[in-house]
Amino acid sequence: MIEWQAIVGHYNYYVTVFLMVAGLYIVIAHGNMIKSLIGLGLFQTSVYLLYISPGKIVGGTAPIIDPKYTDYSNPLPHVLILTAIVVGVATLALGLALVVRISEEYGTVDEDEIVAMDQDQ
Amino acid sequence: MSSLQEHLPILQILVPLFGAILTAFTRSGTTAWAIAAVSSAISPFISAALLIKVTTTGQPISYVMGPWAAPWGIEYRVDLLNGFILLLVSLIGLVSIPYARKSVAQEIDSHKQSWFYTMYLLCLTGLLGICITGDAFNAFVFLEVSSLSTYTLIALGRQRRALVSAYQYLVMGTIGATFYIIGVGLIYIVTGTLNFVDLAARIGPAMPELSRPIIAALAFMTVGISLKLALFPLHVWLPNAYAFAPSFATAFLAGTATKVAIYLLLRIFYTFFSNAIPFYSLPISEFLLVLSLAAMFVASFTAIFEENAKRMLAYSSVAQIGYITLGIALANKIGLAGSLVHMFNHAIMKTALFFALGAMVYRTGVARMSSLSGIGRKMPITTAAFVVAGLGLIGVPGTAGFISKWYLAMGAIEHGWIWLVFLIVLSSLLAVVYVGRFIEIAYFREPSSDIADSHEPPLSMLAPLIALAAATIYLGFDTRLTGGVARQIADFLLSGVVLGGTQ
Amino acid sequence: MFAEPTTLVLLALVIPLVAAVLIPLFNNQPNLREAVTLLAAGSVAVVVWSLYGPVMAGARPELHGPEIVPGISLGLKVEPLGLIYALVASTLWIVNSIYSIGYMRDNSEPRQTSFYVCFAVAISSAIAIAFSANLVTLFLAYEVLTVSTYPLVTHKATDDARKAGRKYLLLLIGTSMVLLLPAIIATSAIAGTAEFTPGGILANKLAPAAMMGLLALYVFGIGKAAVMPVHFWLPAAMVAPTPVSALLHAVAVVKAGVFSILKIVVYVFGIDTLQTTGAADWLIWVPAGTIIVASLIAMTKDNLKARLAYSTISQLSYIVTGALLATSLGVVGSGFHIVTHAVGKITLFFCAGAIYTALHKTEISELTGLGKVMPFTFAAFTIGTLSIIGLPPLGGTWSKWYLALGAIEGHKLAIVAILMISSLLNIAYLLPIPFKAFFGKRPASAGAAATHGHAHDHADGKIHEAPTACLIAIGATSLGCVLLFFYPDFVFDLLKQIPLR
Repeated sequence: MIEWQAIVGHYNYYVTVFLMVAGLYIVIAHGNMIKSLIGLGLFQTSVYLLYISPGKIVGGTAPIIDPKYTDYSNPLPHVLILTAIVVGVATLALGLALVVRISEEYGTVDEDEIVAMDQDQ
Repeated sequence: MSSLQEHLPILQILVPLFGAILTAFTRSGTTAWAIAAVSSAISPFISAALLIKVTTTGQPISYVMGPWAAPWGIEYRVDLLNGFILLLVSLIGLVSIPYARKSVAQEIDSHKQSWFYTMYLLCLTGLLGICITGDAFNAFVFLEVSSLSTYTLIALGRQRRALVSAYQYLVMGTIGATFYIIGVGLIYIVTGTLNFVDLAARIGPAMPELSRPIIAALAFMTVGISLKLALFPLHVWLPNAYAFAPSFATAFLAGTATKVAIYLLLRIFYTFFSNAIPFYSLPISEFLLVLSLAAMFVASFTAIFEENAKRMLAYSSVAQIGYITLGIALANKIGLAGSLVHMFNHAIMKTALFFALGAMVYRTGVARMSSLSGIGRKMPITTAAFVVAGLGLIGVPGTAGFISKWYLAMGAIEHGWIWLVFLIVLSSLLAVVYVGRFIEIAYFREPSSDIADSHEPPLSMLAPLIALAAATIYLGFDTRLTGGVARQIADFLLSGVVLGGTQ
Repeated sequence: MFAEPTTLVLLALVIPLVAAVLIPLFNNQPNLREAVTLLAAGSVAVVVWSLYGPVMAGARPELHGPEIVPGISLGLKVEPLGLIYALVASTLWIVNSIYSIGYMRDNSEPRQTSFYVCFAVAISSAIAIAFSANLVTLFLAYEVLTVSTYPLVTHKATDDARKAGRKYLLLLIGTSMVLLLPAIIATSAIAGTAEFTPGGILANKLAPAAMMGLLALYVFGIGKAAVMPVHFWLPAAMVAPTPVSALLHAVAVVKAGVFSILKIVVYVFGIDTLQTTGAADWLIWVPAGTIIVASLIAMTKDNLKARLAYSTISQLSYIVTGALLATSLGVVGSGFHIVTHAVGKITLFFCAGAIYTALHKTEISELTGLGKVMPFTFAAFTIGTLSIIGLPPLGGTWSKWYLALGAIEGHKLAIVAILMISSLLNIAYLLPIPFKAFFGKRPASAGAAATHGHAHDHADGKIHEAPTACLIAIGATSLGCVLLFFYPDFVFDLLKQIPLR
């Protein structure tokens, strides 16, 4: 007896894991710094999903106390992830700023080429 | 005054944070430095007051944000462990700041100087925040505050390679922080709480049913933090970052950033996972032991053959972090105390070494070993301070490093691992080689043309350096602050009742 | 008596350090600078000698510092064995300082200020080793001694000197870190203390095999004792200026090594424990072998200082062997040999330096027939040689006699035989030097070689001695060799005070 309910019911985690691994792969696989940063962004996004999705209760409402409702979704993950999004944006912005500077200095954004240039010195 | 006393935990964070905001609005480097100096000078007094209060009352200090009581709101909680680390970080901040003025003025363009101090203060805020917070997610936020400012500090180095180093550190650091937050997410799903104290209470009961996600969370957090603390082999970002950052940033970061990451690891291992998973029941201890030994030997070997003096010290840092994690892996009282003692001692010694090297770079503009030959005759005081701190790194008795190694070796003996004692001392021998190599070049070679007209650095750079070198010796004789407090902390970490009388 | 014994202990340590601080202040006034050294040397000797009376009367002045690692604090305690070593080091420092002034000036050595500073620090640490109350204090002083003598070894800053310095540092710090430190840590963990205690602290705490392992860690970990195979640093360190070789590598540094071993045998293991467990029974053959092998190597060396270095290695092993005999007479013999070998060997090194200063000769084969040029120096050399060999009427006689008695007491006749053979070897490699100098004929070519090497032509046999300061020092130590034969009692009385149980 396969518990389909349990397997399919966890689909949010599958998406999370897929995004996580895909993001990490892009970071590692690409010499292009901008693409790496995109991968990094994807990797961080997977965490948002990890936090938000368990907070949602099917049929639950926003946590406003009212006798009409009995089930509430947990609001805390949203708050946490708002912060995490800010952190993610800041990281991405700083990363891109660095890439701009690197591009100005080296004339390329390919990590392998840059490493080779530094070794030539 | 009593109300001020009550608010000390939040002031610890607010003082540098407001300093950072103020500096962001200044244009003059000198004003920014003055603001940074005031904030950095206040910090150690707050940490000292906190630590004294914790040691005298024997109770942790809890500080709650707004009307939200813990565990719902964010709690700041100071116990012996983080009180000790807070003091360490803010002390390094205090001694660094006089050094910063001249060093930064030379290395950073004048219109960027105030931003540089903003980043420094943000970094200090983040590091102090990681230490003081009692909330796992809040720790992540502070971790990122400190990390982002660190990337910026590194990128401000004069060579273009600083940019690449900062980029690489950014990528690896973000992966590390994200791993940590994945771990936090998993235990949050399991327990529904983020407060360290509350977590400790809830993980235990949840363990029988949900052991898999909890162990996965522990694994994610361990790997993530290991990246930040540069545990071998996750250290690859460190040598370049330290080598190309501005001298002042390198010295400050070497003394503080990795130590704070180690603190976070200790917090996770010993305070909230220890209830659920006794540290020794997982193979983490063995892994950590092997990786620590690898760090001690591989990184030291690399340091021996390194031509750039800054990178040499950076690799030495990786090796010395190996000693600290070794103490954690020993997981007994004396070994753990050794780990804490070495955190403190290494922070002092390595900051002194980077200060000395920074002063040499300040005068000569070079950091290559071959260019620094004969520097001992041109800058005798700076070089002497370097040698003293270097002897500390080796662990020569009479210096702070000896005390750390004694504790670690005693910890190994308590397990009956005599072989480990030999490995510890053997790796010190590698430090003899790389420190000795510098000494030989500095004193027994004719001065090179690069350093022909160099002389001692200005007093503002020399004084902090001498203070730290003196501290290296002083801490080799008076161990009440290091050994004494560290043993109390180790007791407290291993007692299992760490969380002392919950709410 | 002019002060409390505890104050004296502290003074003996602090005076050289104060001198080390004062010396650089007189960087440009050599006369004042040397006056500081001499004054310090004189007052340290007075201070240490005035401890003699109280210690003989049974006083054991103690000083305790802060606790640095759990259960162990830095501490000083004067006991008879340590006092002997301190007496030797401090007394010979005076003689050596006088000699140094003549030698360093006449050879116009560079960086004399740092030379005298390092010297003073080295003496202070040697005295700290002598008076150390526990293993950790001893280790601390031991390492300070290594570090402070490293600049002396590399003093000439030539490639050779740098290489020798590297060997010196690596071997001495290496052995002490890798072997001695674990031994100390293990001892403190097993015994629960690291204090030097009469009768030892390890009785019934270790299996015989483990005891042997621990003893081996100490014997090889104390690289300064130069027991083979950790002896390489000593011949290498001979590149240093001769006063350094004389005081440090015949007296302070190497004696610090053998003294530490002796002290550890007596106060950490306890000779009774060693006897009953038989832990030293195998190990003793290592220093015994060193005695013979080093003597044989010495024969092959033509460089005078190298030959003396190997002779030192051999003689040091007498002391280690005496200690490992673990008998009361062996301890007395070892303790006495620390004194007589120091006085004898320093004489020989002084002579070697004098020959170098006056004639710029370093090889033994070049010395033939030079006895008439430097009669005083070679006469002193003969006295030193005879004392090392152990012939009356010189001090060396007593130490060999007691070492042999100790070997008989320990039922080790083979050791007695080794001592005898080694005496013959001593005769074979040392005595020919003064003999050929006095009675050998100078080869014709040597005179010619000397003319372009040095301004004087010594073939005419005109007397050309080293500077007066050197001669005073040489005379004093040669006299010491003789006096130790006729008046050995003050040393013996002290040695008999050593609490063996």
